Amino acid sequence: MQPTAESPVIEFRNVSYRVGRTEVLRDLSLRAQPGEILALLGRSGSGKTTTLKLVNRLLSPTAGEVLVRGLSNAQADVIHLRRSIGYVIQDAGLFPHFTVAKNIGLVPRISGWPEPKIRARVEELLQLTGLAPEIASRYPHQLSGGQRQRVGVARALAADPEILLMDEPFGALDPLTRDELQREFLSLQKRLRKTVVFVTHDLREAMRLGSRIALMEAGKLVTVLSPADFLRSSDPWASAYVKAFGDLESAVAEGTS
Amino acid sequence: MSFLRFILQNRGQVLELTAEHLWLVGISTLFATLIGVPLGILVAHWPRLNKPVLGSANIIQTIPSLALFGFLLPVPWLGNRVDRLAILALTLYALLPIIRNTYTGIRGVDPAVMEAGRGMGLTDSQLLFQVELPLAVSVILSGVRTAVVISVGLATIAAAIGAGGLGEFIFRGLAMVDNRVILAGAVPAAILALLADLGVGWLERRLQPR
Repeated sequence: MQPTAESPVIEFRNVSYRVGRTEVLRDLSLRAQPGEILALLGRSGSGKTTTLKLVNRLLSPTAGEVLVRGLSNAQADVIHLRRSIGYVIQDAGLFPHFTVAKNIGLVPRISGWPEPKIRARVEELLQLTGLAPEIASRYPHQLSGGQRQRVGVARALAADPEILLMDEPFGALDPLTRDELQREFLSLQKRLRKTVVFVTHDLREAMRLGSRIALMEAGKLVTVLSPADFLRSSDPWASAYVKAFGDLESAVAEGTS
Repeated sequence: MSFLRFILQNRGQVLELTAEHLWLVGISTLFATLIGVPLGILVAHWPRLNKPVLGSANIIQTIPSLALFGFLLPVPWLGNRVDRLAILALTLYALLPIIRNTYTGIRGVDPAVMEAGRGMGLTDSQLLFQVELPLAVSVILSGVRTAVVISVGLATIAAAIGAGGLGEFIFRGLAMVDNRVILAGAVPAAILALLADLGVGWLERRLQPR
């Protein structure tokens, strides 16, 4: 095993996941270091979302183990585990019958924070994610796609979790809004230094946001590379991806600047 | 409009029978809701139970009401008080729409919303009471509404076994071949059904999630 300066926040040890006879994930070993954005890149059905859901135990491995902060997930109290991990999904998955404020304040509320503290936190998060304060009393269906996704991020950050899991959070947005949110997310991350696992099928996005890119194909981890190395990689899958996306030098320059 | 005169002349009895009717329908709908909603929740979460539960409720629905009243008559504790019997029968009939709509309403909650909730650490009961039920409430209520409207009609048949209600007038009118008496039972029953429909419909819209 390679010695690392810091112990990983999330670690997959020879993890497999199968449904019936179908192997969705095979012998995955992967680590996420504190403060990094680990991008899980792959096409549909490659097992990247499965990998993500193993972290907050929406799924449990059929072999191997997942460790969060050095503790095996199998032994963790699942409710406590999930509340300590932010979770953002595509289309945000906001509760349609809750106002924005109630959506954002959900985890603090179920964790028993006092009401004034929740209110202050919601205000803080609205500001942090670039949302106007008057949005707080609106319902999700009254928001634009970009606003909904911002609320989704704010909600995930509410209880200040150390870990953030993001499943194609910007996938459903138009290119301009996506670009804006990606940029804001990067600057937010510079301040917050969360450990982020980020699922995407968009190489451009992985290049821009990822500290490292874990490429997955058919339930297997192909390789883990830095964005710069990914471009130069001779791995057939990696170069196939690079080829499919064309010119990416500029995206890398932007992401690492 | 001579039946109106008949109603006015017998308003005391009309009111009494209407009250009886309301009571039969109200109490049986309450029981059916108390039983049907939890059953619907159960079936929505364990699809394996779907067929047996909805199947049984369906079968009950196919029994002709007069026959069901008749079948239940010899049952000891029930037979003593025919209103108990009528309430049981009406409750059984009201179950199907309530179970089915609860099932449909809960299954209709966006899976992405459920998964977000679960991923954020909501417990099963928090998911049920804060997400599933509030989002399903208008569908559930529309089942209750169907049940109430069916019950108001069915409850007239309860008079055949002497359980009272507006059916008394209808059966009496049939025996007397007097349309005025039949209408004195049928018209208030229809109005009752209409009002119940409007009332629950209003509640349904009030509680509709945005």
